[in-house]
Amino acid sequence: MPQRSLFARALTGSPAGMVFLALALVLALAVPLLNGVVREGAPLHVPDYVIPLVGKYLCYAILALALDLVWGYCGVLSLGHGAFFALGGYAMGMYLMRQIGTRGVYRDPVLPDFMVFLNWKELPWYWYGFNHFWFAAAMVVLVPGLLAAVFGFFAFRSRITGVYLSIITQAMTYALLLAFFRNDMGFGGNNGLTDFKDLLGFDLQSHGTMLALYFASVIALVLALVACRLVVATKLGRVMMAVRDAEPRVRFLGYSVTSVKLFAFTLSAVLAGIAGALYVPQIGIINPSEFSPGNSIEIAIWVAVGGRGTLIGPIIGAIAVNAAKTYLSAAFPETWLYCLGGLFILVTLLLPRGLMGLMEQVRMRRNGLTLRKEEKHA
Amino acid sequence: MTKALRLLLLIAALVLAPSIGASAQGTPAQDQGATSGDDQSGDQMPDQDTTGTDTGDTGQPAAPAKVAPHDFASGVAALNADSFDDKIAAVTFLSGLNDPRVVGVLQALASERLYAAMDGTILMKEGGVYKNAVTGQTATGVKPDDLSEVELNNRLRGMLQGVLGQLTLQSSDPALRIAAAQAIADQPTPNAVADLTAALAKETNAEVREAMTKTLALLDLQSPDKARRLAAIDHLKQSDDPAVRGQLLRLLGSETDPDVRKDAQAAADAISSRDSYIGIGVDLFEGISLGSILLLAAIGLSVTFGVMGVINMAHGEMIMLGAYSAFVVQQTFRAFLPPGWMNAYLVVAVPVAFAITGLVGIALERTVIRFLYGRPLETLLATWGISLILQQGVRSIFGPDNQAVANPDWMTGGMQLIGGFTLTWNRLVIIFFCFAVLGALAAYLRYSSFGLHMRAVAQNRPMAAAMGIRTGRIDAFTFGLGSGIAGIAGVALSQIGNVSPNLGQIYIVNCFMVVVFGGVGSLWGTLAGALSLGVATKFLEPFAGAIVGQILVLVFIILFIQRRPRGLFALKGRTVEA
Repeated sequence: MPQRSLFARALTGSPAGMVFLALALVLALAVPLLNGVVREGAPLHVPDYVIPLVGKYLCYAILALALDLVWGYCGVLSLGHGAFFALGGYAMGMYLMRQIGTRGVYRDPVLPDFMVFLNWKELPWYWYGFNHFWFAAAMVVLVPGLLAAVFGFFAFRSRITGVYLSIITQAMTYALLLAFFRNDMGFGGNNGLTDFKDLLGFDLQSHGTMLALYFASVIALVLALVACRLVVATKLGRVMMAVRDAEPRVRFLGYSVTSVKLFAFTLSAVLAGIAGALYVPQIGIINPSEFSPGNSIEIAIWVAVGGRGTLIGPIIGAIAVNAAKTYLSAAFPETWLYCLGGLFILVTLLLPRGLMGLMEQVRMRRNGLTLRKEEKHA
Repeated sequence: MTKALRLLLLIAALVLAPSIGASAQGTPAQDQGATSGDDQSGDQMPDQDTTGTDTGDTGQPAAPAKVAPHDFASGVAALNADSFDDKIAAVTFLSGLNDPRVVGVLQALASERLYAAMDGTILMKEGGVYKNAVTGQTATGVKPDDLSEVELNNRLRGMLQGVLGQLTLQSSDPALRIAAAQAIADQPTPNAVADLTAALAKETNAEVREAMTKTLALLDLQSPDKARRLAAIDHLKQSDDPAVRGQLLRLLGSETDPDVRKDAQAAADAISSRDSYIGIGVDLFEGISLGSILLLAAIGLSVTFGVMGVINMAHGEMIMLGAYSAFVVQQTFRAFLPPGWMNAYLVVAVPVAFAITGLVGIALERTVIRFLYGRPLETLLATWGISLILQQGVRSIFGPDNQAVANPDWMTGGMQLIGGFTLTWNRLVIIFFCFAVLGALAAYLRYSSFGLHMRAVAQNRPMAAAMGIRTGRIDAFTFGLGSGIAGIAGVALSQIGNVSPNLGQIYIVNCFMVVVFGGVGSLWGTLAGALSLGVATKFLEPFAGAIVGQILVLVFIILFIQRRPRGLFALKGRTVEA
């Protein structure tokens, strides 16, 4: 095969990836089309509520993609990615909160309702600037990125690896959960931020804004996928995979394992933050439960179901698991946790490479090939 | 009850109903506050709202038909008056009646067991039965939906405390008399000094006398007579009660006489220095208590993590299963054995919980975990899945609500120490129990052949296998042992709180912190980790508050791990690097 340019490779990946990408884009466009063009009552009509719902799945897909970059390619299982997601969400929520202005219950032009309720007299300093969208957008990227950079710097420098790293990332998100539950923190306590009115002047309840946010999520997902592919297709990406497979060997070869991991971790946190920022206006609320350790572990299962180290797999995993969750927790609320728990066990036991691995296995068997043993346990 | 009285009550009820509705509607700010906390009063609001609007629709004006209370029955009826001023007047009137029934009614009011029926009859709820507050007869056919609670506000609550204190000064139970003397100090009534002096003259019990003299001294601080104020300060400076210091400081705020000021300042300082020592003792005890609970919860995790390198995210659920075992044993004892045996249920619960959770642990190891050795991150995910299933399973069987596990008699109450500080028996027992478990486990691992094999596997698995140790079996039993100890921890936890399906989730993050901080696979590391984290949390709490204290401890551990990635007591050797 002739050597294609890096960007071309990143954009399309493997042939299977190209097919998938095309399919995903068709599906992504189909949802609003079926909603807008097909008449209500017609068999293929998609009701309005589905658009933000699928938008939510797309945000989760970005989040899963972010985790796959560090876990699948760098071997770092972060159980704190929910925290980066929530921080991005809070940054967006603070902007939306400031946009409410005098339309709140207490009609205070500056202070959000919960601050008036707590008898606060002025805005805390860390709320300054959030009345500008550009500032909030910068914070969506900077806050998770900086936290990840500082946290990762200390953790990777001390060579904290494996389950130890998982546990301290979990401690990080747990500490943030406790902190954001406090009313004195100035982030709305356990109610979080909600009652948003508009974004950049567009009414959040209107159908048009919903569609715009949906398309923004689709575009963000595609861009994130391209960015991750760019990273893994470069030499840096190959070093990342080497770190995953044999960290001491990479270190002895003279690479700085710390910087490689730090880069992947920070980039991943930024992607998670962006996902959170897109999630909040579509859902209409952000509260501290997003920081709960359980949420972060669930992200790992989306990645594992899809197949880690594949980039496409986690996207499929996130959407499939969450669609199942929406359906099951409404139809059979009792059974959802059994299904989720069973999924964790079955996927780790029987599908160590996820759905993508399964597809590959099927294809290879058809071609009369079998996986070599060491590839099975990669 | 006479016909006239019935009529009177009916009028009172009609006048009253709209006002409750109005008060329910008129407090939107409070409503909003209630939704953020777990206040249940929000549930009752709609009920009262409907009664309010119903009567409002009939066009009855809320006429301020005041009926001054003139006997016991009318006084009781007036407790449900529409304004809090009238309620307070009714309480004052009742307290002056010298009627033996008054105390019961006022106590019911203070503990919010007093209800008004639709016809205005006032009912007391006693042990699940409604009784007519005036006649004392059990009311039949009462539908709880038709009752509205007699509402209290903070002013009325405070006043009730004082009045009840004064009334119970004459009680025959010394403990009640002490409580009464203390209640008067908090909420003095106008003629408290006279009442107390009279009661003190008759009093023979030394402890009650002491409580009464202290209250008198506190009341004397406000006396216009300088000598009495000085004498009171002199008496109070031996106290170690922070409330007394508060009273002295309040006196300092208004006092002008230099002698009194000097004495009061000295007394306040003496109390505060004594209190700070006691405070350290209290923090230390609470810290050790928390540490011992963490230790119990974390030992099992340390064993499985250390020997098998397996992160068991379902460890918290093993604790939860142990707590539910205790609950089931308790219910079985309650159902099948004479009441005298109840005190022994805990002794049975410990081995039962150990057996159940141990077997569950072995089953999990054989069916799931053994296929995942060498893949620690995936073990973590699989055990998380197990924990979700166990939680939902328990929720399906026992329901999502908290279940109460009672302390046996020998664990209730506590040991009274100086400064009004009580060492509760259940916490003391747990501390000793925890160290007994740790000692037994350490001895077992040190002296039994299973312990020897286990340590060999932990240090070098391939070499242990080469020496003929059946590592698979050791793994299964180790997992069973770790889970069994978690089950015992669950029994202990059931003694200090309610048992719920998310019990394990509360402890799991802290357990991991203990193990990681102490050093994996080292019992002594776990001991040091648990106790230091427990004590540190409790010492941080007074300065930083409970939640910030916990956050600080977490941040400290995250920083500490940077310095010593393998914890305080790291195992040495080449295999641990792998």
